[in-house]
Amino acid sequence: MTALIASEKLSINRPGTADPVLRDVDFHIAPGEIVTVVGPNGSGKSSLIRALLGHMPLIAGRIDRRAGLRIGYVPQRVQLDRSIPMTVRRFLSLPRWVGGQVAALALARTGVAGLEARQLTELSGGQFQRVLLARALLHDPHLLVLDEPTQGLDQPGIVAFYQLIEEVRRQTGAAVLMVSHDLLVVMGASDRVICLNGHVCCEGTPQYVGNAPEYRALFGADSKGTLALYRHHHDHDHDSHHDCAHHGE
Amino acid sequence: MLDDFLIRAVLAGLGLAVAAGVLGCFVVWRRMAYFGDSTAHAAILGVALSLAFDLSIYAGTIATALAVALLVSMLTSRGHAMDTVLGVIAHSALAFGLVAISFVPSARVDLASYLFGDILAVGRSDLLWIWGGSFLILGLLCWRWQNLVTASVNEELAMAAGIDPRLERLVMSVALALLVAIAIRIVGSLLISAMLIIPAATARRFAATPERMAAIACIIAALSVLAGLWASLRLDTPAGPSIVASAAAFFMFAQVFRSH
Repeated sequence: MTALIASEKLSINRPGTADPVLRDVDFHIAPGEIVTVVGPNGSGKSSLIRALLGHMPLIAGRIDRRAGLRIGYVPQRVQLDRSIPMTVRRFLSLPRWVGGQVAALALARTGVAGLEARQLTELSGGQFQRVLLARALLHDPHLLVLDEPTQGLDQPGIVAFYQLIEEVRRQTGAAVLMVSHDLLVVMGASDRVICLNGHVCCEGTPQYVGNAPEYRALFGADSKGTLALYRHHHDHDHDSHHDCAHHGE
Repeated sequence: MLDDFLIRAVLAGLGLAVAAGVLGCFVVWRRMAYFGDSTAHAAILGVALSLAFDLSIYAGTIATALAVALLVSMLTSRGHAMDTVLGVIAHSALAFGLVAISFVPSARVDLASYLFGDILAVGRSDLLWIWGGSFLILGLLCWRWQNLVTASVNEELAMAAGIDPRLERLVMSVALALLVAIAIRIVGSLLISAMLIIPAATARRFAATPERMAAIACIIAALSVLAGLWASLRLDTPAGPSIVASAAAFFMFAQVFRSH
């Protein structure tokens, strides 16, 4: 399987400085794969995403994108300003106009059907996140890139959002690259986890990374139990949305 | 028909209103009110330079407004906070302009007309400049519309769609410089940013989309021009300030209605 995006010995600095953020990162993501990048604050997670999207200059190494690759992107913490009036429908047509049916379909797919006429600023955090995801899905992306997509959501909202991501992957076949703080929940929903701290500390299946000494040194040993809890929940309560509310309590 | 000073004043005012209404929305969305103020104040320096070197006032004000816009982006990229830079530039541009104009005897007489506008003295060639500039601004904004709106909502989303936010900022700087040039004869350096911000801020309450807000802002700006000119004739008040006062009255009146 050829990778959608791959990097080799990728090195980048903090913008405008000589501080290294990432050193020698080898990265790849295959079609249909869900890869999650975890790591402490300042470990270079968002920088890796921005570099892969081509928004940051490389100091060394290379990035290969498959020709014609379409990426749907949900950036970290989109701050909305009340000064600009914006309906959900109009927002979906930025910067490329889309037809009403396409917009309605995308909203339905992310579970926020019928919100077209609402102002973005009137949406709840969870609804807005789903609208952002719908917008990212508009042009049939091969790859969805989500930078901390659940910031500001409560625990049930977070679990529901990751279930939606898996659902979207199943329906569209798009690969998903996520950065997340929600270590334990998100790891359960991933095919592969990359633990980052300026370089790749460890990488593999969620179970492997959860047990890896490098990961436990960064995040503490007790994190493993919660991961198991999530997986347990995930295996048995797949179609019950109400049970999600009790997760982690 | 254009021989009547009042007709010329109305046409000049409406020419400014359509451009200021639309551009003003972007100024409000992108929080550039103070930026607009800086470029507008720099226009006085432009007037002084134009008169000293016998250039067209329009060329001089466009050039200084652009220079100030570049200076601001240079200083902010060096790590100064935006509002500090603008606070320094807005007032020093005005101060340098007033000092420079004191060296130009012909301008000293009409200083007030450059500070507060003199719409009733607008001539035929001014009308050409004003409407030409206005169409240029609207053309520029329409051409960049989707990109500008996207970048105004969120720069990261814009970048991911292949839009360069720096280019859109440049477009805004050019449009603002043009607007300052066409507005200086009408409302004057000190009140230009009021014509940008007040109609747009008033329109916000009545609009659900960016496009509707821009259209409503144009209408409010045009009504302000008409009301201000009427008041100026009836009450013998200065025209530029009367136009801005009318816009402010519309803004206050709009607060009665529930926000969209």
